[in-house]
Amino acid sequence: MSDKNALVPSSERNTALDLGGSTKDFVTATIGKQMFGIPVLTVQDVLGPQRITRIPLAPPEVAGSLNLRGRIVTAIDVRKRLGLRNKEGDDPGMSIVVDQGGELYSLMVDQVGEVLSVPQNAFERNPATLDPRWREFSDGIFRLEKNLLVILDVTRLLDFAGSVKQVG
Amino acid sequence: MDDLLSEFLTETSESLSTLDVELVKLEQNPNDPDILSNIFRLVHTIKGTCGFLGLPRLEAVAHAGENVLGKIRDGELVVTPDAVTLVLESIDTIKYLLGELETNEAEPDGNDADLIARLNHFADTGTLPAGAGSAPKAQARAPEPEPAPVASAAPEPEPEPEPEPEPAAPAAAATPPSAPKSQAVAAAASSAHDGGAKGDAHPRNETKESTVAAQTIRVNVELLENLMTLVSELVLTRNQLLQMVRGKDDSEFTVPLQRLSHITTDLQEGVMKTRMQPIGNAWAKLPRIVRDLALEMGKKIDLQMIGADTELDRQVLELIKDPLTHMVRNSADHGLEDIQGRRDAGKPETGTVTLNAYHEGGHIIIEISDDGRGLNVERIKAKALTNGLVTEGELENMSDQQIHQFIFKPGFSTAEKVTSVSGRGVGMDVVRTNIEKIGGTVELKSVEGRGSTFIIKIPLTLAIVSALIVESGGERFAIPQISVLELVRASSNSEHSIERIHDTPVLRLRNRLLPLVTLKRILGLDDTAADAEVDEEAFIVVAQVGTYSFGIIVDRVFDTEEIVVKPVAPILRDLSLFSGNTILGDGSVIMILDPNGIATRTGEITVGGQQGVESKAKSESSDRETTSMLVFRAGGNEIRAVPLALVARLEEIDVESIEYSNGRPLVQYRGKLMPLVFIDGAYQMKSEGRQPTLVFQDRERTMGLVVDEIVDIVDDVLNVELTADRDGLVGSAVIDGKATDLIDAGYYLELAFSDWFGKEEGRTEKKKVLLVDDSPFFRNLLTPMLSVSGFKVTSVESAEQALELKNNGAIFDAIISDIEMPGMNGFEFAESLQNDESWGEVPIIALSSHTSEEDFERGRRVGFSDYVAKFDRDALVSTLIQTLAAV
Repeated sequence: MSDKNALVPSSERNTALDLGGSTKDFVTATIGKQMFGIPVLTVQDVLGPQRITRIPLAPPEVAGSLNLRGRIVTAIDVRKRLGLRNKEGDDPGMSIVVDQGGELYSLMVDQVGEVLSVPQNAFERNPATLDPRWREFSDGIFRLEKNLLVILDVTRLLDFAGSVKQVG
Repeated sequence: MDDLLSEFLTETSESLSTLDVELVKLEQNPNDPDILSNIFRLVHTIKGTCGFLGLPRLEAVAHAGENVLGKIRDGELVVTPDAVTLVLESIDTIKYLLGELETNEAEPDGNDADLIARLNHFADTGTLPAGAGSAPKAQARAPEPEPAPVASAAPEPEPEPEPEPEPAAPAAAATPPSAPKSQAVAAAASSAHDGGAKGDAHPRNETKESTVAAQTIRVNVELLENLMTLVSELVLTRNQLLQMVRGKDDSEFTVPLQRLSHITTDLQEGVMKTRMQPIGNAWAKLPRIVRDLALEMGKKIDLQMIGADTELDRQVLELIKDPLTHMVRNSADHGLEDIQGRRDAGKPETGTVTLNAYHEGGHIIIEISDDGRGLNVERIKAKALTNGLVTEGELENMSDQQIHQFIFKPGFSTAEKVTSVSGRGVGMDVVRTNIEKIGGTVELKSVEGRGSTFIIKIPLTLAIVSALIVESGGERFAIPQISVLELVRASSNSEHSIERIHDTPVLRLRNRLLPLVTLKRILGLDDTAADAEVDEEAFIVVAQVGTYSFGIIVDRVFDTEEIVVKPVAPILRDLSLFSGNTILGDGSVIMILDPNGIATRTGEITVGGQQGVESKAKSESSDRETTSMLVFRAGGNEIRAVPLALVARLEEIDVESIEYSNGRPLVQYRGKLMPLVFIDGAYQMKSEGRQPTLVFQDRERTMGLVVDEIVDIVDDVLNVELTADRDGLVGSAVIDGKATDLIDAGYYLELAFSDWFGKEEGRTEKKKVLLVDDSPFFRNLLTPMLSVSGFKVTSVESAEQALELKNNGAIFDAIISDIEMPGMNGFEFAESLQNDESWGEVPIIALSSHTSEEDFERGRRVGFSDYVAKFDRDALVSTLIQTLAAV
């Protein structure tokens, strides 16, 4: 399992790098003030607020599970995963559903934006000074006109076992 | 019909249909190496399988045919119509033989010397023998008139050149094209061979050929999978509808919905059945493998297979076939010693490898155990060091159990030499990966010198089960109905109320103390303050795992519902308390609790032994069982304990209600007189108020032991150090970190009844009972207890000693024997007595802490007349009485 996970992100990374000249499509999401991008092809669905069942004893980043048209989807609190504070106010937020190895995960974010086509030449590697936790989950940065788009590495974001290993 | 044979027939008739087509194609494109090697492979497979099944006539024909094809493939012969005819003829013969095989389940008499001679002649010379050539030639033309339909059908199977890489499963090697196609081919092929068949020789050909094929259809597993998913969705939708109509009696939907419901249930069962196969199918080849291995290695191996009809999902079955084979091989090769080694170790020459499969709470458990040498911890350590997996420092702190886990690491083989069977270092890691792929786990228990047991646990991920829906801490959970025994509603003023010993809740239920766990607490949903309310009113789900029952305290109980067990997301898989999740009728997702996991979590080591990393780290002495002890104080500050299982009830007795008769204290208790005993003669009761009392029960008799205070219930490994010469003490042990005196319940029973009922005992001659148990604790516990019950008890600490007694001419009416003992174990002991002239007729009762069905079964086989759980005194005494009465 961990081997597989180790392989996937690097290949994704390559495609992100190799596309030189052309553009790449991302679904954008915001958490706090930061804008994130998720490769459009990995996205299955965008959801509004859902009824979520808590899962006792699960890692704190796992918000619970929900029913998406008869399939059970595990909801991940991306804020917690990124080590951010809980959201203020009652805004229920939105979710982006992604497929990871045949399993569906719902990534809970504050807002889901549009699909952006960004030119490949606006790509930058993660700054070396980036918080290690963010560096682990980020595939790189795209310079947009007004702000920066952090590309989320979904595979790593969902690889709980791997992160445990690194910590321990 | 034999499963193997019918599988062979189905498969071969498919291969043959393909062969016909391929051969005709070959005739048209004589130089196409692909077609040629395909044909060669098919014939080769047939030959190989025949040999395996012991069908010599079939094999001979196939072999001769293969010879010719081999020469053609190697370019020594050219493809001529003659050659094709000859090969076709051999294939017709094979078909004829198969037809006979199908009707009679045996090869017909006679031989095919003529055909084989011609095939061999052709293979050697490339020409047909003179004289014989003309007749087949005439027939050779026969298939020709119909090449058109054949040719048009032929390309169809081609686009599927075995999409999956075949796992090494020789019998399944010929992957069938999907069913409709193969039928089309079969039809075309049979019409083709109608012409070519030697009509006179085998007239039954065309009618018989496809009956096997017609009764079974091969369906792509993926199709079944989809069907299953659809049915699951249907069940969920049905549940949703039922939920909507519930409570509306007059709805016009009620009746049709009921019908829908029934049909859905039937459909669901049907689809489930299509996927279920007995696990024996995966085992079918093992006896042969083990036999060959035994020959090669010069060992004597007895392969026991228990629970072969345990059904499991076909796909799961396919996936565990190879790991299972591998593990059995491993056990036979690495695990068992050779004959000399076994002799030296004082074991029977024949080693046993046992496969045992059974269902347990939504899982299938497969145990592979051997009575061989066990894992060599030292060698594993050394190997782990050389491989750089650990440092010596780390090894220091590891328990044996943890060290054993290294064998699951890649490239880890401790076999000293590489044999043809195992020792190449590709092994257990692959096995584990494969099993984990389907959401299963592998556990390992090994005792050096005594053998190893691998326990594979595979969840029935596709199962639809009936589950009880409960609520706790505001969340709903499903508990599989299969492990729920009953529901008890407890409140402070009803018959059942939750009592506490220290902070541990327990429930009196039919003369037993049932340990309780608070679901809220173990799930971490505890809202702290709410705990007191639990005592007021609570629902208790009495669950059973193996032989252990316990109560789960929940807030509310809803109804039962059919649920589709879906595996949890991989990131949640290490939560051992859940076996899956599901969607309820109202569309919400809920988690399915795993009673096994709860039992493990709350201290009871289940049949599966150690589970999870957490518990491993917790207890070092993991291979010893724990015992629940009731810890109390009576007379002085010494802490005393008694096994909880021996205590029937805990009572508080009002001192004022104590009466005296003959100078002895007693109370009226449940309509009877119950004698009270004190821990020793000097004990002083309180002068007023209530006095806690442990109630012991022995059949009809009840006795109260008056104590000062009940301290706690502790689960701990019981390690009794026998120091006690004092009456009433078994010895002392360290319980929960403190030195504790273990009281001898039997002594107090005797104390209470020698006066009260003692005189009665002269009624009959005392029966003589031999007690064999390696644990001094049990010997000291049971001996007085049985004496009190009117038996004359002799106790010995090993089977060897018992046999010595036998040789000295001792005579007993019954034997009670422990199962797990060092040296000769209980099973072997019983076996050795089975045909003994002096003791052969003496009933033997097994005494063990493992009382699963399989243990019962095994016990009966080796001659135990009954099987009693340790600690179950009532059962032991009543069994003993019954057994003796039956003799």
